[in-house]
Amino acid sequence: MIKQIAVFLENQAGKASACCKVLKDAQINLYALSIADTKEFGIMRIITEDNAKALDALKDAGYLCSEVDLVGVEVPDRAGALAELLIALGEGGISVEYMYSYAGVDGHAKIAFKTAMVDKAVEILKNNGAKII
Amino acid sequence: MQYFQKELETMSADQKKVLQSERLVKMVKYVYENQKPYRAKMDAIKLKPDDIKSIDDIYKLPYTVKQDLRDAYPFGMMARPKKDLVRLHASSATTGKLTVAGYTMNDIDVWGECAARSLVMAGADEESIIHVAYGYGLFTGGLGMHYGGEKLGAVVVPASAGNTQKQIQLITDFGADIICCTPSYIIYLAEEIDKLGLKPGVDIKLKGGVFGAEAWSEGMRADIERRLGIRACDIYGLSEIAGPGVACDCQYKTGMHFQDDHFYPEIVDVDTLEPLPYGESGELVITTLTKEGMPLLRYRTRDIASLNADPCPCGRTTVKLNKITGRSDDMLIIRGVNVFPSQIESVLLKNPDIQPHYHINVDRVNNLDTMEIVVELSPFISVDEVSHVEEIRRKLASDMASALSVSAKITLVSPGTVARSEGKAKRITDKRKL
Repeated sequence: MIKQIAVFLENQAGKASACCKVLKDAQINLYALSIADTKEFGIMRIITEDNAKALDALKDAGYLCSEVDLVGVEVPDRAGALAELLIALGEGGISVEYMYSYAGVDGHAKIAFKTAMVDKAVEILKNNGAKII
Repeated sequence: MQYFQKELETMSADQKKVLQSERLVKMVKYVYENQKPYRAKMDAIKLKPDDIKSIDDIYKLPYTVKQDLRDAYPFGMMARPKKDLVRLHASSATTGKLTVAGYTMNDIDVWGECAARSLVMAGADEESIIHVAYGYGLFTGGLGMHYGGEKLGAVVVPASAGNTQKQIQLITDFGADIICCTPSYIIYLAEEIDKLGLKPGVDIKLKGGVFGAEAWSEGMRADIERRLGIRACDIYGLSEIAGPGVACDCQYKTGMHFQDDHFYPEIVDVDTLEPLPYGESGELVITTLTKEGMPLLRYRTRDIASLNADPCPCGRTTVKLNKITGRSDDMLIIRGVNVFPSQIESVLLKNPDIQPHYHINVDRVNNLDTMEIVVELSPFISVDEVSHVEEIRRKLASDMASALSVSAKITLVSPGTVARSEGKAKRITDKRKL
């Protein structure tokens, strides 16, 4: 399981950079970042080296943020590997709310995704030989 | 302490009517003799002071509007020479001239008594420490509650507005039990108290407060009472008549007890100016019954409200002013539909995903009025899914459209983003007027 922080961003120029500046000033290293945006607002999702510290820094700076559990899985470095895992999840009835990829320090590709059915998703992935993070 | 002036506050309806009639008859003679603008108004409709024989004749008197006061700027409405006046107050003017009100020593005393009656309704007594966080100055809030607290014989802390950290320190260290400020400021204070980790009931000894100078809703009252564990009383006043204390809630909150031995209220239809019966909503009109410095006859306050004369368990026998629901000049006309900020507020207060801090931006794009409501998300919602946040926005837009009969764009912002006010909240930017 991976802990992710989601930050609400108003749709204004400079909002994402201001948020990153807060993390920089608190000297927090980012492992992954993904931004979902709509016409009206954006949501920045980050995985950090120290979530507790990041949450404190962001909340102090006035950001609306929440911590959420994601399923993290390592994806073998070959064509079709991700598709196989996703097909298995789909067949198992797992609905993925959102997903993004990131690279760990070891160089292996990883994905993190949100689902309401964490335990079942983890079981399916394990049965398919995937490495859960 | 149950009452500040028991006899006056609990007199029978018959006694009240005799008193009001005597005072009105005297008042009309007084204004006719001492205020040129009233002599001119009465002469114009051929009304003689003798035509007013009791309070039932009040409808014969001419109305007074804010423009009359502006026309008389600065001292044309004063009934007394400068040697008898002891204080001037003036109301904030967003356009044009200020409206000035002059008070004699007796006016200040009467106002102080009314403010003291109000403080008792909020739970104060001679032992109380009363923290006044209204601004002191031309605005009547600060000095009004200050003199009320002194009349009561309590200990007054004249903190005035601003410097929230200092305010919290004073409230904590002095152990204030009663606070006076605007409703938006007490909500801000409650947030800051919470942020500092101070516990109401333990670190903060407040048990009651009077909050006024802005219209606020029952939802906001519940929010304030829950956050701070206090009795939150709505208090009404306006500098032209007297500052806070003209009317105030008691603990039963059956409507604000209107100090009708000094100030006589009527509700009139906004368009036809016909007097309306109790229970019906219209413009509040006030006649001063005892004022000396600047008496006013049937002053149109522009506040929209209703009156009720239902008995109150507290024993006070005054007529009561129900919550102000808007101001005739706060009313926005959006694509031909009348919209009061209070309607917007009541929709916001029903939604737990957001906080009742908002700002309204009105503009005209391609000859069509547009309204944007900027509102803060609650700090307790989960924000990782776009669909969840989008659903909050969609629901709010649809609730707003059905409550207002006109659509509004909803813009969600982070908690703490909408500017908090330390005086009167400025919640509307109407770019059509700029």
